[in-house]
Amino acid sequence: MTDVQMPAGDQAQQDGPMLAADGTTLKRSLARSLRRRKIQALMLIAPLLLFVLLTFVAPIFDMLYRSVENSIVSNTMPRSTTLLKDWDSATGELPGEDVYEAAFYDLFLAKERKDHTKLGTRLNYERTGLSSMFRQSGRGMDKIADAYLDPLKDLDKDWDEAEPWLDLMGDADWVAIAKDARAEEAPNFVPNAEIVTLLPNTVEAYAEFQTFLKEEDPRKRLGREEPWGLVHIALFNDLEQTDVSAYSGPGADRLAEASQLVQSGTVDIPTFAMGFADAHDGWVNIEIWRTIQTYSPKATTGYFLNAVDMKLTPDGAEFRPEKERVYGLLFSRTIYMSLVITFSCILLAYPVAYLLSNLPLRQANLLMILVLLPFWTSLLVRTSAWKVMLQQQGVINEVLVWMGLIADDNRLALINNQLGTIIAMTHILLPFMILPMFSVMSTIPPSYVRAAKSLGANNWTAFWRVYFPQSVPGIGAGSILVFIMAIGYYITPAIVGGNTGTFISNRIAYHISSSLNWGLGAALGAILLAAVLLLYWAYDRIVGIDNVKLGG
Amino acid sequence: MKLTKLFLASTALTAMTAVSVAAEVENLTLVSWGGAYQKSQSRAYSEPYAEMTGMSFNWDESSSEAVAKLRAMSEAGNVTWDLVDVEAADAMRLCDEGLAVEIDPDEDLAAAPDGTPASEDFGDMIVSDCFIPQIVYSTTFGYRTDLVGDTAPSSICDVFDLEAYPGKRALAKKPIGNMEWALMCDGVAKEDIYDVLSTEEGQEKALAKLDTIKAETVWWSAGADTPQLLADGEVVMGSTYNGRLFSVIEEQKQPVAMLWDAQLFDIDGWIIPEGLSEERLAAVKEFLKFATDTQRLADQAKYISYGPARMSSAPLVGKHADLGIDMAPHMPTDPANAQNTLLNNYEFWADYRDDIDAKFQAWLAK
Amino acid sequence: MSQTGQNDAFVEFERVQKSYDGETLVVKDLNLTLPKGEFLTMLGPSGSGKTTCLMMLAGFETATYGDIRLDGVSINHIPPHKRGIGMVFQNYALFPHMTIAENLSFPLEVRKMGKSEREAKVKRALDMVEMGAFGGRRPAQLSGGQQQRVALARALVFEPELVLMDEPLGALDKQLREKMQFEITRLAHDLGITTVYVTHDQTEALTMSDRVAVFNDGRIQQLAPPDELYETPSNSFVAQFIGENNTLEGTVKEMSGETCLVELANGAVIDAKPINVSGIGDKTRVSIRPERVEFNKDRLQEGAHLLKAEVKEFIYMGDMFRTRLSVAGNDDFIIKSRNAPDQTRLKPGEMIEIGWLPDDCRALDAH
Repeated sequence: MTDVQMPAGDQAQQDGPMLAADGTTLKRSLARSLRRRKIQALMLIAPLLLFVLLTFVAPIFDMLYRSVENSIVSNTMPRSTTLLKDWDSATGELPGEDVYEAAFYDLFLAKERKDHTKLGTRLNYERTGLSSMFRQSGRGMDKIADAYLDPLKDLDKDWDEAEPWLDLMGDADWVAIAKDARAEEAPNFVPNAEIVTLLPNTVEAYAEFQTFLKEEDPRKRLGREEPWGLVHIALFNDLEQTDVSAYSGPGADRLAEASQLVQSGTVDIPTFAMGFADAHDGWVNIEIWRTIQTYSPKATTGYFLNAVDMKLTPDGAEFRPEKERVYGLLFSRTIYMSLVITFSCILLAYPVAYLLSNLPLRQANLLMILVLLPFWTSLLVRTSAWKVMLQQQGVINEVLVWMGLIADDNRLALINNQLGTIIAMTHILLPFMILPMFSVMSTIPPSYVRAAKSLGANNWTAFWRVYFPQSVPGIGAGSILVFIMAIGYYITPAIVGGNTGTFISNRIAYHISSSLNWGLGAALGAILLAAVLLLYWAYDRIVGIDNVKLGG
Repeated sequence: MKLTKLFLASTALTAMTAVSVAAEVENLTLVSWGGAYQKSQSRAYSEPYAEMTGMSFNWDESSSEAVAKLRAMSEAGNVTWDLVDVEAADAMRLCDEGLAVEIDPDEDLAAAPDGTPASEDFGDMIVSDCFIPQIVYSTTFGYRTDLVGDTAPSSICDVFDLEAYPGKRALAKKPIGNMEWALMCDGVAKEDIYDVLSTEEGQEKALAKLDTIKAETVWWSAGADTPQLLADGEVVMGSTYNGRLFSVIEEQKQPVAMLWDAQLFDIDGWIIPEGLSEERLAAVKEFLKFATDTQRLADQAKYISYGPARMSSAPLVGKHADLGIDMAPHMPTDPANAQNTLLNNYEFWADYRDDIDAKFQAWLAK
Repeated sequence: MSQTGQNDAFVEFERVQKSYDGETLVVKDLNLTLPKGEFLTMLGPSGSGKTTCLMMLAGFETATYGDIRLDGVSINHIPPHKRGIGMVFQNYALFPHMTIAENLSFPLEVRKMGKSEREAKVKRALDMVEMGAFGGRRPAQLSGGQQQRVALARALVFEPELVLMDEPLGALDKQLREKMQFEITRLAHDLGITTVYVTHDQTEALTMSDRVAVFNDGRIQQLAPPDELYETPSNSFVAQFIGENNTLEGTVKEMSGETCLVELANGAVIDAKPINVSGIGDKTRVSIRPERVEFNKDRLQEGAHLLKAEVKEFIYMGDMFRTRLSVAGNDDFIIKSRNAPDQTRLKPGEMIEIGWLPDDCRALDAH
């Protein structure tokens, strides 16, 4: 062999990245050929991915969001909650008149939009009585406004009529069109130029009123609806500061009269604080203002604190009184009972799965049908059947009494307690334990046990030292499946659990469908989710998730 | 009778005209509680209406979770229900949340045959601006006649008397009703009940009284539970809706009798969900006008033992359509049954439900 | 090795029958005796009953009838774990959740052996199969050949006197298999263990065993040392099953003690050695090994009958030539000849005459 001198260029090529036949780097052409395959794979799973995202991931995030979301307070009462930020509740003094005034505008608008009762419902979760307070305060807001309207009405009834207001406020040309036009086609409010300078606040309030009308119902329009109280209040404020004697347009007389009345100072207008006190005595209770202040932020830890038997108070988080604590108890009971159910499922399922995987095919198929049979009946039917079996006048008690094992007046309490839930749920979840166990056991060749026996192990040792360790992945898979299903069950515990056998999920269901406290329900759900993930993590650390097999 | 016929004819006429107004709407989705109650509504309201107008009806048995579902529908912007049967308390909540349409009774509902406007005919039953009352029902007790010894229970306090009436009781798994009865039997005067119940001490007092029978109580969450428990002999006495007890006693002929003392009156009725299209709203209102007129409400009592919510309907209540027995004595509103009654205090429970329920459930769980 | 007396019998099958379904017998009237230290192979096609025999011996199946004795004691009612028989399984059956050392330690543990003694024995056994460095690994981390060695070590570690092997080399490639064949026989002989080995691979059976029991249809067809089995098969099944074999069908025409004349279908007559033909007129199937067929007349006995043959194919195999002929209507008649300098290379189409020593042509049953 002769010594061939390698050209310098080749040398460089050898050191650099590997090149494919067409000169591109090997890495890139590999990536290109793989990309096609990746896209294909992605397309194949796309429908499922989308489905899971929409029906599983999105709701979970929605739930997490709801468990802290609290924008309703600041959205409904934007002005007053802003002012409340600076209010120091520790002084023991009620908020100032400015807060009451802001609260009046907030609540007046909320009342018109029928939002105030929603806010009442929300805050009633935190402090009992706020629901009716807000509902009743709706009317109170009208009363506050009436204090301005009533003296005007006494002067001239036209102040409470729709058309005279239209004539007064509107530009003459616009008024002519607006009166004849159909509501849907009515042009936007054009104010009378003179009035704008004289009564700026009133014009603004009137314009706002129009916007509100349009939003609420497109068929409603200015000139048909009497302006709301905010317009009267704005007029009062304007008249206090302005001399209207120069004005000679439509309604000049009424306006002059009103101006005289306002400026005379004889009208007795109560403060907003007084108006609120009149509307509901809760408004002069400092604790209620503190509650509103505490729940002003757009996000709150309140729901989560509730979910762990605590309470967000103006003084920070604190535990609820002993008698009101229930969620901690329910969480620990749920986990404890789920563990008991999982364990009893293991005990019952193991022999069945063993038999299934060792019987001849024909008998195994028959047994498998028996195992799967419960799947073919509805959950509700099965649970109700347990009721018939377990109740005091039920089948099991009757048989025991008939056999003389228990006295007729001392029948066993098998239902409406934890035992009932454990029995019924063990039965319902049993197939979920048997199936993974079976699929793992059926992959264990009989030669292992034979080998163990040939090596001198008796039946028990061969089972315990050789067969059992290999079936553990099946137990693990079944246990995770059963435990996670058990922890979220609520129909069966609700029917057979009585008062001591119910799960946390029953409370979640209650908050979702009955109390409508979705925030609290979401917080409880989020904690449950976290508990499951934590247990899953712990399982992975201790047993190893690789050791879980759903099949060979 | 003549008057009724005339009236029938006139409603039929208005209904006919209504069809032309809402011609595009061919079916309505009604939501109710299922079972015998829904059937009574179907026979008294929707079947005759369908015959007259050709409207078809879908029934959805979701009333027990109507508030939650309506809220979800409203959030999703897709309301698929046209008329929903709810308890008065839920109607108030739906109205508070802006999920139900406000009703003008005199404009939207038919007047009584004698011309009394609907608002007067329904009177106090209209507990919310969105609520169209339909029936008066009560939550009351039934007991096994063969298991209570020689003296049948006659007072609500017999429920708390384990010595005189040993055996299990069935009570609702919620505070409403139970708390009131407990206080009544703990010596609180009827008119003071809600004042007492609004205090911590009062709530504890009520729970303490319930504690005396807690171990002997089966807690139900579905109205059908108590009748079944009574029929099986699992409990000696239990509370449930009076119509359920009626069917156990009169239809199934079980050895059960009513204990009307301190029955808790409640009202059930319709709400129209917010967010319907104009045509649907018009169609629903036409149906509603028909379904809540004096005769229709009286007709419903032919199928179930709930009292019509209109004063003018009461005299028209006749015999049960299938059993042929006189229905009036089975109405909770019958004077003989209504000697001592409670009325569900909606305002109070709207405020206190969350609070007292939390305490009640905590007490129950321990 | 010849059959030894009753007293030397270590393993005995006496009139053993086995049926699974109560209708057909899988094992029919089996009688077999093994002296101590013998390496016996049970050879046969699948379904011939050889594995069933092994399983009965191990105790995983019970005999329907008959007696199985180990060292003179009937073991019919002794459970497998008390028989003290080592066993190597087809797929090794190494416990996957234990390390190699734990696998080997297992039989010692169940015998309640002390820890230090156990460790010493495990080490010795692993060293014996050259796997001393792998004690800490799991079976899944070993190659097939390594697992095989471990399985062997595990079957031997508790020093059984009898070891059963159920097709232990089936999953290995050819080269490894040959190496292991050698190692297994070496170990068996060195340790003086009695071995019953089941296989369907006849080469394995011939190279490893002291004696081979050829199974077919639930019976032992022939029990003999390998050379005897190959050279003097006692029936046409054994002749067919062991090694390569040419058969020609015909009728016995003449019998004279050690030889007979067989007339083939085409009328040609050949010399043969009568094995299990009873007399003139019997249908027979004669069997000749390919390497015993001669086409060079110089090497044939005088007066030998010759057959005409046409060369169909000539295959060069390196050390050998393999020639396919058409003889008396049989197109698959093979002859093998050594690749020697003076060897003739036949060409397809060539017409030749073939013959053999009468002793090499065995007239067997016609089944």
